[in-house]
Amino acid sequence: MVNPQMVMYEEEFNQIQAVVDRLVKEANAKVVFIVDKNGQLIAQSGDIENLDSTSLASLTAGNIAATGGMAKLLRENEFATQFHEGEKANIHIQLVGKRVILVVIFDARSSLGLVRLRVKKASEELNSIFEGLLRKVQEPGRDSPFAEITDEDIDNLFND
Amino acid sequence: MSFINYLSREINCKIVYYGPGLCGKTTNLQYIYNKTNPEAKGKMISLATETERTLFFDFLPLSLGEIRGFRTRFHLYTVPGQVFYDASRKLILKGVDGVVFVADSQIDRMDANVESLENLRTNLAEQGYSLDKLPYVVQYNKRDLPSVATLEEMRALLNPSQNVDFEAVATTGVGVFDTLKAVAKLVLTELRRGGGG
Ligand SMILES: Nc1nc2c(ncn2[C@@H]2O[C@H](COP(=O)(O)OP(=O)(O)O)[C@@H](O)[C@H]2O)c(=O)[nH]1
Ligand SMILES: [Mg+2]
Repeated sequence: MVNPQMVMYEEEFNQIQAVVDRLVKEANAKVVFIVDKNGQLIAQSGDIENLDSTSLASLTAGNIAATGGMAKLLRENEFATQFHEGEKANIHIQLVGKRVILVVIFDARSSLGLVRLRVKKASEELNSIFEGLLRKVQEPGRDSPFAEITDEDIDNLFND
Repeated sequence: MSFINYLSREINCKIVYYGPGLCGKTTNLQYIYNKTNPEAKGKMISLATETERTLFFDFLPLSLGEIRGFRTRFHLYTVPGQVFYDASRKLILKGVDGVVFVADSQIDRMDANVESLENLRTNLAEQGYSLDKLPYVVQYNKRDLPSVATLEEMRALLNPSQNVDFEAVATTGVGVFDTLKAVAKLVLTELRRGGGG
């Protein structure tokens, strides 16, 4: 198939979470999260209590997909960075590698300059983590935990 | 493309409801949303025009329960049906794990059904997918209306290869969960085969 299966293991997740946690602090951000291009949330950090991150993840991916489509029509490479300025909150969106999206939400306690600077470093780190992850997923002999599920397992899911 | 998270022990899959404009895709999602326990669903998002036509997509995250200790989460999307939103439809198909084709049973919508199904095949092919290999379910919706084609006619026209199919009335919920369960089941079965690419 076109895309290899997206898998997250504990080791890589911890590395990613560390990058995201650090980015919240170093960029004075409110929230940082990472989404895959299909809209699935991978990691988040910061003031996430009252945040509907599932919805935000899906909309972020839709947004990146739409601007990617615009870029294609303009024969441009993908727009790797987007910035939306609000009255209180600002949102900085960065494409990392070709697969994941790094989103930083910040307010007046930070600045676009600072966020840009910190995002640049964080994306390099994330890029190498995700590349490693992709290689790992493609290694032969890594069976999916679903290889052994039975029809019964699947039916049970719906018997309520 | 499904996403398996070993840490949160979750599996995420993406299902897209496809079909011509006004066939009832959004209504399917609304019914599912209204009938699902609050703890099993997230917010339903509709990016719609002022006249409630889907502009970009509807999105509904659902949690269906556990398999072997993994929580199964399904992200349901609909596409805008109008012909001129083709660019948006292509985007929504990215990374799809399963497709529901919702057909409008009214006789005067048969051309629109056929056109939409062809469009689905074309757009999937552009992404390197094939409808014959994807988990795929057909739904004949609006069976309650007076001038509808017969089931046999619709099968011959829209489902000659005999994929799993259901008759439905999305406004009252007939066939809605049958359709969802069938496609979810096919997606999980595909995962077992190590597909899920
Ligand atoms: N009679 C009847 N109307 C339906 C049915 N399903 C949807 N509709 C109506 O058809 C219209 C279009 O439905 P919608 O879900 O917005 O279509 P979409 O463009 O595919 O998202 C709405 O007015 C629905 O109430 C059905 O099974 N029977
Ligand atoms: Mg709609």
